[in-house]
Amino acid sequence: MSIKISHLTHVYNEGTAFEKKALDDVSIEIQTGEFIGLIGHTGSGKSTLIQHLNGIIPPTSGEILLDGENIHKDKAKLKEVRRRIGLAFQYPEYQLFEMTVYKDVAFGPTNMQLSKEEIHESVVSALETVGIPHELYEKSPFELSGGQKRRVAIAGVLAMNPEVLILDEPTAGLDPRGRDEILAAVGRLHRERGITVILVSHSMEDVAKLADRIIVMHKGKAAMTGTPREIFSCPAELEGMGLAAPQMSYVFASLKEKGFDVPTDIYTVEEAKEALLKLVKQVKV
Amino acid sequence: MIRDITIGQYYPVDSPIHRLDARIKLGVTFLFIVTLFLVNSFTGYLFAAACMALVIRASKVPLKFMLKGLKSIMIIILFTAFINLFMTRGEHVLWHWGFLTLTVEGILMAIKMCVRLVMLIIGSSLLTLTTTPIQLTDAIEYVLRPFKRIGVPAHEIAMMMTIALRFIPTLLDETDKIMKAQQARGADFDTGNLLQKAKSLIPILVPLFISAFRRAEELAMAMEARCYHGDEHRTRMKEMKMEKRDYRAMTIACCYTLAIFGLRFAAKVFPFVI
Repeated sequence: MSIKISHLTHVYNEGTAFEKKALDDVSIEIQTGEFIGLIGHTGSGKSTLIQHLNGIIPPTSGEILLDGENIHKDKAKLKEVRRRIGLAFQYPEYQLFEMTVYKDVAFGPTNMQLSKEEIHESVVSALETVGIPHELYEKSPFELSGGQKRRVAIAGVLAMNPEVLILDEPTAGLDPRGRDEILAAVGRLHRERGITVILVSHSMEDVAKLADRIIVMHKGKAAMTGTPREIFSCPAELEGMGLAAPQMSYVFASLKEKGFDVPTDIYTVEEAKEALLKLVKQVKV
Repeated sequence: MIRDITIGQYYPVDSPIHRLDARIKLGVTFLFIVTLFLVNSFTGYLFAAACMALVIRASKVPLKFMLKGLKSIMIIILFTAFINLFMTRGEHVLWHWGFLTLTVEGILMAIKMCVRLVMLIIGSSLLTLTTTPIQLTDAIEYVLRPFKRIGVPAHEIAMMMTIALRFIPTLLDETDKIMKAQQARGADFDTGNLLQKAKSLIPILVPLFISAFRRAEELAMAMEARCYHGDEHRTRMKEMKMEKRDYRAMTIACCYTLAIFGLRFAAKVFPFVI
C-alpha cells in the first residue's frame, strides 16, 4: 500500500492569536514495505504530519492519498483507514485502561467487529510479537514495568493487523534495555510481516540502525529526504536544523581530519568496527 | 471540538484591559454582574451591551473567540429560554396547550433572561480572557484577606484555584491526546445510543484519571522539594500596584453604575418613554 502526501499544509487555531503553521506544503511518497525514519527537532511538525496519515486530524489544505484515494473523501471509510494505518502515539502507555493486558490489546480488534476467534488470534500474535509472555495476559496493565506497558500499548495497535505502523518516539523515556526490546520488535515486524514502518525519533542512532530512508522535518517542511548514508554525510546541514548525525559520523570525520585514510559515510557502530579493524591492519602493514 | 471551551482561558495580547490591575478587573466584573440584575428596561440593556462592546473592543480579544465560548453553554441558554417562554403567566395569552402557555410576557421574559445570561457569561469570560490565572488568584487572595481572621484560609484557597486553573489546559490537551489515541484504535465516540456513548467514555476517563492523579502527586512532590509550606512569610515576585489607569478604570466603572441606576429610576418614572 502506498501513501502519497501532496501539498499538505496544517494550521492550528486558524484565525486566533494562537495560530501556528505546523506543516507547510509537505509532499512525500511512501512505498509498500519501506522503513522510514522521520526525524526533526521538537516542533518541526513530525507529530502533526503522522496524525494526518490516518485521518485523526484533517488537513487545512492538500491531501493524503492511500492507494490513490483521498482518505477524507468518504468519512465512512476512515475507520478502515485507521485499521490499515496503525498509529502508536508518544507515551502510548498512557492510553491503557482495561482490567487486563489481554482485554486492553483486544480493544482495537473488538472495535473492528471481528469474530471472537479472530480477536483472540490477533491479540496473541500481537503480544507475542512485542515479547509479552503468556503469564502476563491476565495481569492488570498498571502492574507492569514501564517498558512492558509501552510494549502492551504498541501491541494494542498491532492487534488491528495494520499494513503500515507509525510509531511516535517509541523509545522516549525508556532505559536502554526497554529501548532495545522495542526496537528489536519493530525490526522483526518489518522483516517478518513486511509491514511498512514509519519511525519518528530524534535518536539518530536508532534511526540509523533501522531505516531504509530518512525524512528530515524542519519548520513544517520536509527539508531533506534520502538514505541514511546520504543524510548523515552532511552533518553540518543537520546541525543547522538543531539535529546531529550519529556519533560514528563524527568519529570518522575527525579521523579523516587527522589524516587517516577512512571513508566518511560510516554511521553505524558495526560499520565503524569493520572500518577501524581494516585501518588497524593497514597501519600495521 | 474540545478546544472550543474558552471559559477560564487566557487570550495573550497586549491591550489596555490586559494591563489593568487584576483586583480592579475583578471588582468591575462583580459590579457589572450585579448591575445587570438592576437593569429593567430595553434602553438599560442596550446601554450595558454598548458599554460591554466598548470594553471588548479595547481588550483586542476577537469577538469570534468569545462567541465560541458561548457554544458550549448553548443548551443552558436554550433551556432557560424554553422555561421562561412557557412557564411565565401573563394576561396576553397567545397559545395554550396542556400545561404549556405562551404569553407576550413570556416571550419578553425569555428574551430578557437570554440576553442577561449571554451578557453575564461574556462579561465574566472577558475577565479570564484578559487576566492570567496567576493574577486572578492573587486578586482573589487579596479580596479574601479580611476574612482570614475568621479562619478562611485565603492563601490556600487561592493556591488551590491557581493549580486547578493551571491544569485545565493541561487536562484538555491530555483528553485530546487520549481521544486521538483511542480513535487510532478504532474507538467511536459519535455514533450509537446513549448507553453505547456512555460506555465509549470509559477508554478516555480511566487514563485521564490516572494521569490526573499522577500529575497531582508529582506536583505535590515538586512543591515540597522546593520547601513550599503555605502562606507564612511568603513574598511575591510581582507586587500588585495600583496605577493611574486603574483609578481611571475605577472612575469609569462608577459612572457606569450611576448610569444604570439612573436608567432604572427613569424607567420607573417614565415607563413609556424608555
